[in-house]
Amino acid sequence: MFPEYDVIVAGAGHAGSEAAAAAANLGSKVLLITMNMQTIAQMSCNPAMGGIAKGQIVREIDALGGYSGIVSDKSMIQFRMLNKSKGPAMWSPRTQNDRMLFASTWRQMLEETPNVDFYQDTVKQIIVEEGVCKGVITGLGHHIASKSVVITSGTFLNGVIHIGEKQLGGGRISESAATGITEQLVSLGFESDRLKTGTPARIDGRSLDYSKMEKQDGDEEIVGFSFMDVDKPKADSQRECWITYTNQEVHDILKTGFDQSPMYQGRIQGVGPRYCPSIEDKINRFAERERHQLFVEPEGWNTVEIYVNGFSSSLPEEVQLAAMRKVPGFENCRMFRPGYAIEYDFFPPTQLTYTLETKLISNLFFAGQINGTTGYEEAACQGLMAGINAHQKAHGKEPFTLSRSEAYIGVLIDDLINKGTDEPYRMFTSRAEFRTLLRQDNADLRLTEKSYNIGLAKEDRYLKMVSKREQTERVKEILLQLPIEPIEVNMFLNEIGSSPITEKYRAAKLLLRPNIELADLITAVPKIKEALIEYSADALEQASIQLKYESYIEKEKELVDKMSQLENQIIPDSFDYNKVPALSNESRSKFLKIRPRTLGQASRISGVNPSDVQILLVYMGR
Amino acid sequence: MLQHIHDTIIAMATPPGVGAIGVLRLSGKDAIVIADKLFPHKDLTVAKTHTLHVGWLMHNGVPLDEVVVSIFKGPRSYTGENVVEISCHGSVFIQQKVMDACVELGARVAKPGEYTQRAFLNGKLDLTQAEAVADVIASNTEASHQASLNQMRGGFSSILKQLREELIKFSALIELELDFAMEDVEFADRTQLQNLLLTLHATTKQLIDSFRLGNVIKNGVEVAIIGKPNAGKSTLLNALLNENRAIVSDIAGTTRDTVEEVLNINGILFRLVDTAGIRQSDDAIESIGVEKSFEKMRQANLVIYLFDALTETREELADAIAMLQKDKKQFLLVANKMDTIYQPINEKMRRDDIIGISARNKEAIERLENAMVTAVTNGDVNTESTLVTNARHLSALNEVMKSLNDIQAGINNQIASDFIALDIRRCLHYLGEITGTITNEDQLDFIFSKFCIGK
Repeated sequence: MFPEYDVIVAGAGHAGSEAAAAAANLGSKVLLITMNMQTIAQMSCNPAMGGIAKGQIVREIDALGGYSGIVSDKSMIQFRMLNKSKGPAMWSPRTQNDRMLFASTWRQMLEETPNVDFYQDTVKQIIVEEGVCKGVITGLGHHIASKSVVITSGTFLNGVIHIGEKQLGGGRISESAATGITEQLVSLGFESDRLKTGTPARIDGRSLDYSKMEKQDGDEEIVGFSFMDVDKPKADSQRECWITYTNQEVHDILKTGFDQSPMYQGRIQGVGPRYCPSIEDKINRFAERERHQLFVEPEGWNTVEIYVNGFSSSLPEEVQLAAMRKVPGFENCRMFRPGYAIEYDFFPPTQLTYTLETKLISNLFFAGQINGTTGYEEAACQGLMAGINAHQKAHGKEPFTLSRSEAYIGVLIDDLINKGTDEPYRMFTSRAEFRTLLRQDNADLRLTEKSYNIGLAKEDRYLKMVSKREQTERVKEILLQLPIEPIEVNMFLNEIGSSPITEKYRAAKLLLRPNIELADLITAVPKIKEALIEYSADALEQASIQLKYESYIEKEKELVDKMSQLENQIIPDSFDYNKVPALSNESRSKFLKIRPRTLGQASRISGVNPSDVQILLVYMGR
Repeated sequence: MLQHIHDTIIAMATPPGVGAIGVLRLSGKDAIVIADKLFPHKDLTVAKTHTLHVGWLMHNGVPLDEVVVSIFKGPRSYTGENVVEISCHGSVFIQQKVMDACVELGARVAKPGEYTQRAFLNGKLDLTQAEAVADVIASNTEASHQASLNQMRGGFSSILKQLREELIKFSALIELELDFAMEDVEFADRTQLQNLLLTLHATTKQLIDSFRLGNVIKNGVEVAIIGKPNAGKSTLLNALLNENRAIVSDIAGTTRDTVEEVLNINGILFRLVDTAGIRQSDDAIESIGVEKSFEKMRQANLVIYLFDALTETREELADAIAMLQKDKKQFLLVANKMDTIYQPINEKMRRDDIIGISARNKEAIERLENAMVTAVTNGDVNTESTLVTNARHLSALNEVMKSLNDIQAGINNQIASDFIALDIRRCLHYLGEITGTITNEDQLDFIFSKFCIGK
């Protein structure tokens, strides 16, 4: 019934969809297996993409030719560039999305992608011959052969949902769990563990009183995620979000449910994320806080459904509702469905290589929550990388990897496979030691060429990037040369309270002043406007950032160079850690397990003492 | 893999020249055999481990020194190999002879840090202390290094560790502003950062300043005595040497082709540059002018300009000072033959920094010695205080200093906090080169333990 595929992707969430699209666009024949064709690329939790650090990831996915950026742009109902008051490395795009439009856009794009077949079924087992994955066996009993398999199981592996004292098997509320895979993989020698996450209640927007909340509008300029031209809503048509707060009364009611809480009564074993705590966790751990912020987010253009960001809870439904009704604006609220916690299996990601292939079974790839991450963006980028590498492996091609200094995606994968994770892993900008280089505005300059070289990014995307790169260089050149006389600019400088110049200045030098942006100079000085008239807004922005922040960018590049000294020290595959008596036992066992490729990687393995890395350095005959 | 792990190495285990005894250390499988060949008194090859043996060292029929030999058999030794420590008398000359004898019998002079390297490769060293290991790595790249290990003294790393923790805490607060800007978080108190910066700055500066003293204690300070013929240079030299008879020997320098004298004043080693030249210039070569003797001082850390209190004119002295200042050398002005004048010398020369002595009568030599010590230590001769002796640490500290200045400049210019964070990271990175790595998790752990984050 089925041909042999190059790549089978099990699961069609954010990771699975990106994996299928990437492999297919590279030329693989792909089968995407999902338990439910109606829930492809479902936003299981909040209806938003991007945000701080995550927005950068979506830009990177787009720069590499993934779909998440385009889908998010097409389905957005609000756009905001977060952290705009900080330096450009912190600027983070975020969209509020129409949940249903997001999923249907994804499905449509997948359907329009040649080489992607779909099948609604459950993967029960993988086929393994002599340590190589050769396909999957489904719940309906199909044996489907393939050269590579990507598993993106999300929260479905042995998922258990908790609401108060109720426990339901399931991967999302009202959807059944997936069983069989964990058991098989464990019998093959994999380690598995449990994690927990949660989601808040969904509310009927018609029952809310918005006059008691603070309004949060979208930006006046919609930038979006994609470097390509995508149809986006008009700025003035954006939907607004709202902010409100909990109070002591809310907290008191929530506390009445603690004796039925699955968390506090020990029914939940899995570890939840510290940075995305349930509301009960917040009031418990931070008892001194009098209130907590809640974001009230619409679920789409044409629905009254509301997502209450910040009110994730697994307390009994009636406690959730009673507490919520004490929140300003929520006095008469009606619930569509309660919040809940979910526990699921994951496989500690130290069992993976840089390509997200498992070390134990070759041609088997994991992506998304199965690797202990949380978040659509984190999942999607892993799916993209796993999809690419599943294709490369199926066709005997070189692995495709990104380093910590090239992309947030590189940081994420390097962290996962070397440090593992004890809680659902989310990206933060502080995880990236080179975040000044890893900006959302230059993701295309950083990554598109790499992707184009393996055949994923298409010609039009590549040419667009090249044009931006060339224009940027020319704009920089012009600004570095262009002399500005005091008379041309002093009036403007006076206006903004910047000290006037007394002699001729190069335009680029003016840009170095903290409160002067290129856009201001273009408006204020006709000569600059004239010189730059033919250049694209992207190039102007890029040139301006590169000039203005050059000293910081250079400092970071220096650190990259320093780091690369250790990165370039390759540890031979044959290196025998048992012959180094001086290593601590803990480090030795970590090295044996992870088998780092370089000393740089060795130094980032969690639990490895810096002195042990020094010993390796000496032993390798430095 | 390492080469030469099987040969036997030798080096001084104590700083050269200082103290009443000097310890030479042999390590390797032939260590005991080699020592035994020099020690006719007893058969060391059958001696038990961890025993001491007193006797004369003999080489080619010539007695070298009466010594104490300590035997440590591997693996119960510092390096894990057979180790012999020979405690000789504290003369550089004798130590060199013993070392030469051992080399003749098959030992190899150890490379810098090689003992420690062997110790940890044999699993002997406490490896939870990254410091010692890092020192070895550092000494691998330091050519000009004595064979004995330079350990940092005092609470150097613990001070830095504490500051680093404070800085991590602070950077965590900045990261909080950045990564969780959309949430209801409190912001980092800039005044607190200012105070922390001041403390860090002061500590770092103190440590950087201590490097010079640390280096002096480790390697000795080079001194040149210059002056016109008949100023009394050789008399002064002899006066100094007589006063400090603890260590007086002539050794042909291995790294330079001059002859040097070594003095120990208050535990600090002074090496007198080109003393042979001094002896000659005073006695014989009348024609050598002041310019000529200035050439001698090139390699010196400290220059003593010696002049005749009676005959030196103010103009001559001014010329000499100008020349010294041009070369940016630290110098002492010393007037000799004070017994020939009646006027106080500072009054005569209209300066207040001249040290008047009489070398012939050994008058005020101690004052000169104190001035020499003060010139090197800035008055701080307390060798127990925190010192930086390692060039790698110094360079890390210099980078720490640079990034501290950048942080300060960033705050002054009210630059966006992600850039301040970048400089803090650089600062942490270089502190980390001394105290161990800092992971991003350190910051996140702090954030999550202190703040209610997340929607």
